[in-house]
Amino acid sequence: METSSSLSVEEILSSKRVLKRKKRLLLLFTTPLLIFVFITFIAPIATMLYRSVYHPTVSQLIPLSLSQMKNWDETQSALPDGMVLREFSLELRSLAEQRLSGKLAEEINRLKPGSSSLIKSTARKLRKQKPEQLQLTGDQFLLASHKKWQDIELWRAIKRAGQPFTDSYYLTTLDLTRNSAGEIEQRDTQIYLKLYWKSLKIALIITLLTAIFAYPLAYYLATAPSKIANRLMVLVLLPFWTSLLVRTTSWIAILQTNGVLNSSLQALGIIDQPFELLYTEYATIIAMTHILLPFMILPLYSVMKNIDPSYLRAALSLGARPIPAFFKIYLPMTVPGVSAGALLVFIISIGYYITPAIVGGTEGQMISNIIAFHMQSSNNWELAAALGSLLLALILALYWVYDRYVGVNNIKLG
Amino acid sequence: MRNYPKYFTFWHIVAHYGLRVCSLLVLAFLMLPIIVIIPLSFNVEPFFSFTEGMLALDPEAYSLKWYAEIWNDDKWLLAIKNSFIIGIFATLIATVLGTLAAIGLSNPAMPWQKLWMAILLSPMIVPLIITAAGMYFFYSQLNLAGSFLGVILAHAALGTPFVLITVNAALSGFDYSLVNASLGLGARPTMTFFKVIMPLIRPGVISGALFAFITSFDEVVVVLFLAGPEQRTIPRQMFSGLREQINPTILAVATLLIIISAMLLFTIEYLRARSERIQSGELDGE
Repeated sequence: METSSSLSVEEILSSKRVLKRKKRLLLLFTTPLLIFVFITFIAPIATMLYRSVYHPTVSQLIPLSLSQMKNWDETQSALPDGMVLREFSLELRSLAEQRLSGKLAEEINRLKPGSSSLIKSTARKLRKQKPEQLQLTGDQFLLASHKKWQDIELWRAIKRAGQPFTDSYYLTTLDLTRNSAGEIEQRDTQIYLKLYWKSLKIALIITLLTAIFAYPLAYYLATAPSKIANRLMVLVLLPFWTSLLVRTTSWIAILQTNGVLNSSLQALGIIDQPFELLYTEYATIIAMTHILLPFMILPLYSVMKNIDPSYLRAALSLGARPIPAFFKIYLPMTVPGVSAGALLVFIISIGYYITPAIVGGTEGQMISNIIAFHMQSSNNWELAAALGSLLLALILALYWVYDRYVGVNNIKLG
Repeated sequence: MRNYPKYFTFWHIVAHYGLRVCSLLVLAFLMLPIIVIIPLSFNVEPFFSFTEGMLALDPEAYSLKWYAEIWNDDKWLLAIKNSFIIGIFATLIATVLGTLAAIGLSNPAMPWQKLWMAILLSPMIVPLIITAAGMYFFYSQLNLAGSFLGVILAHAALGTPFVLITVNAALSGFDYSLVNASLGLGARPTMTFFKVIMPLIRPGVISGALFAFITSFDEVVVVLFLAGPEQRTIPRQMFSGLREQINPTILAVATLLIIISAMLLFTIEYLRARSERIQSGELDGE
């Protein structure tokens, strides 16, 4: 808003009022979508983040024992007192009656492996006891039923499992664990870090491949006469618009043992034995390179289109040899396009789920597939949420970089 | 043979042709996987590969039976119906909300423009598996999991960034003094909206709507988590078909989907060419 000293105070105030009203009107236009996206999208993501640290199962199963246990100092080498043990025997008995003792056993077992069978068998014995009796001698019953109940580590595990907020899922995703003294240490087998590295590696390979394939094509399209370029562009856009599942389906038809690729190579006499390509990491990489290639071509094309071809021509006519001329003159001018495309492809590929799930087999899986596995098959939702949160943090960092260097407002479609 | 500049050496010309060959190879890599599906969908055998009869162009080796199978399968018919219902409603929500928001956001006077834009575009950036997991937790609490409303809301949220981007682009050359002129001449705001703003941004709105529709029509991850068997869509049906028992009906459906996407592509390209002509002033007074 321009204000010069010749305006009266009143005029300035009124122009400020006008601007304020305009701002309010503009917000009015945007607010419905903001509210909609907050409810349908942001809130679900926030729920997932909350879920990755909030795990109230144990604290809901044995609330009274845990509240009694508050006064027990687990760093000392004494068992919780009899009151806690009696309360625990009562609660375990009622869990056994409601058939929930298995759930408790499973939860404790995660922190103290081997305790599952102990809890289950004790629960069976407790069911035959009268609650009134346990009220008085539950602690003795418990300690007498199995010597493992004397193990202070077990009680430490129960207390730790009872905390509703936990960082244990994040530790798991980083292949760390807490030992019995509560210190963080490395796990013996690395699962998730390996998977993150593998996903990053696959995404990087795909980004490189798309860049290598896209560069000459984009250059050709940008320098060809516009009539030819427009026609050839349709051949880039049609795959871009074709359903992801259609493209994944076709890669099954091409890559399978007696598929198009193997049978043509055999018919040409190049190979005797068919390649085993489907359900491997190669299948994931090939299919995703095909699917994401247009995301590299389009930004590259739009940058190259705006490069004046006379620079390169001038270099060549002045006697530069083609290869140095290309590296010194043309390539630097296309860096914005390459980096925009590369970031876009990398961001999209790191979180891919469908294609690896269909063509990747067991070795071609990425981090998204393990998240889906924990959601659907192992029902470890908290771990899925923690893995997802870490992936989200990675993507948001990349998105931030993309916005800084490319600008999200510059995303072009088609 | 083309005339090359005098300073071109033999190697320049080789590089020129090499580039052309590389480009055509990349184009072939892009197109062949899509083209290969089409003849395979007419295979008389229940395989995903060419038979010897097909290669010999024997008419006996081709048939339309996988297309007939789609019509005889209630699951596919339900999936097709659901895909359109969900896609249309999600597109409506995304287009209306996205267009309004873009009008607000494209104005430089909008406070915190960049922040809103980053938030509103995030459904496009966040990996679908994370979106799906989050929506599953959240929508279950609201009893929206396994309902049409839940899937429609989720797909509308995924479609809004595309409407926002295309309408924003259409508004980038928009002259706001037209709005002031209209209001100053006494038009009501609603009339200004429909008679002044809307005709100028219509191509952007329509292509945004098409993008939103194809997003919903092609989306499978959220459906996988959020939808019940009643809300099974085409991609969901294809996904389970590819994972469980591979059946060439999928190829027939895929061929139909290729035709649909080709039609959508040509519509969008037509709209883009038209809006470019409008911007360069060739189509005045329409």
